[in-house]
Amino acid sequence: MGVMKRVSLVFKAKANKALDKMEDPRETLDYSYQRQLELLTKVRRGVADVATSRKRVELQMNQLQQQSNKLEDQARKALGMGREDLARGALERKASAQGQLNDLQAQYAQLQGEEEKLTVASQRLQAKVDAFRTRKETIKATYTAAEAQTRINEAFTGISEEMGDVGMAIQRAEDKTAQMQARAGAIDELMASGALDDAVGGRRDDIQSELDMISASSDVENELSRLKGEIATSAPKQLEGGANGNSQEAQGAQAPQGQAQPASIPAADRPAEPQDGER
Amino acid sequence: MIVRISGEGQFSIDDAATAELNRLDSELEAAVDRNDEAAFTEALHGLLEQVRARGSALPADTLEPSDLILPPEDASMDEVREMLTEEGLIPG
Repeated sequence: MGVMKRVSLVFKAKANKALDKMEDPRETLDYSYQRQLELLTKVRRGVADVATSRKRVELQMNQLQQQSNKLEDQARKALGMGREDLARGALERKASAQGQLNDLQAQYAQLQGEEEKLTVASQRLQAKVDAFRTRKETIKATYTAAEAQTRINEAFTGISEEMGDVGMAIQRAEDKTAQMQARAGAIDELMASGALDDAVGGRRDDIQSELDMISASSDVENELSRLKGEIATSAPKQLEGGANGNSQEAQGAQAPQGQAQPASIPAADRPAEPQDGER
Repeated sequence: MIVRISGEGQFSIDDAATAELNRLDSELEAAVDRNDEAAFTEALHGLLEQVRARGSALPADTLEPSDLILPPEDASMDEVREMLTEEGLIPG
């Protein structure tokens, strides 16, 4: 029979099944209109979801690009210090980051495509929903229930085909987005693991620390005097805060012991320690 | 004759183009039957190109049902198989 015909028959079968459920044809109009509005909301939400995923990928791309630039800087510095081994290590990580970046660029393009498709689909559905509403009012105003049947069926079949198509488009977009989110999650984990890492984010990687060790030794004296200056101005407050924190921790650590001891000793046999028992 | 490209919209096509569309559609179906993804993609794209080239796009606010419906451009063979079952991809 051919694929085209079979697909259109599936669409028609679904529309007919929905029509058969309705007793009063006018009920069909209102019910279908409600579903159309719901679907419109759903498509718009779908567009927003895809946009969110696209932005997440964009963010990751920026992070990877920064890391890649940073690794290249490190490689250049390492070479300047005559440390080809360090430079090689940095460039290897850069290649890995670049590979992820290429993958993300492809995903980004795909998400952008889905977003555009869903946006156009929502506009098309909106136009059809508006047309349906007009047709619905005309049918209600002009025809008796019996006469209206054929016209209602026509309008219903036309709109339900569009609804089926849009519904499918949302489903496909959701599936694709879910796949990409899983991959985006994997990249987040990869970045968090430090495999592509540099000195950013509180983690000092080995390449950076070696570079730092080499270049920092000359700066140490300057840094020392600067830190001494800082400590001289802020030390008293910090010490007070530290003392309070310690005494609270100590109390907290003692409390469970104070409670556990009395519980293991029968009340009658307990030596006179009323303070502990009441705490 | 009205043909819908899923995810893209409806086209009005002169009946004279039917024979060519049916020929490409048979190729598409044969590709699905023998599980040939490459032939499937080629036939699908050929079919969509014909519809776009020989048809004129219907305005978005028409409520006419289509005579034929084509899978979306980026559909995989598995997805098309699912579209052919009532429990499949097409929502009820």
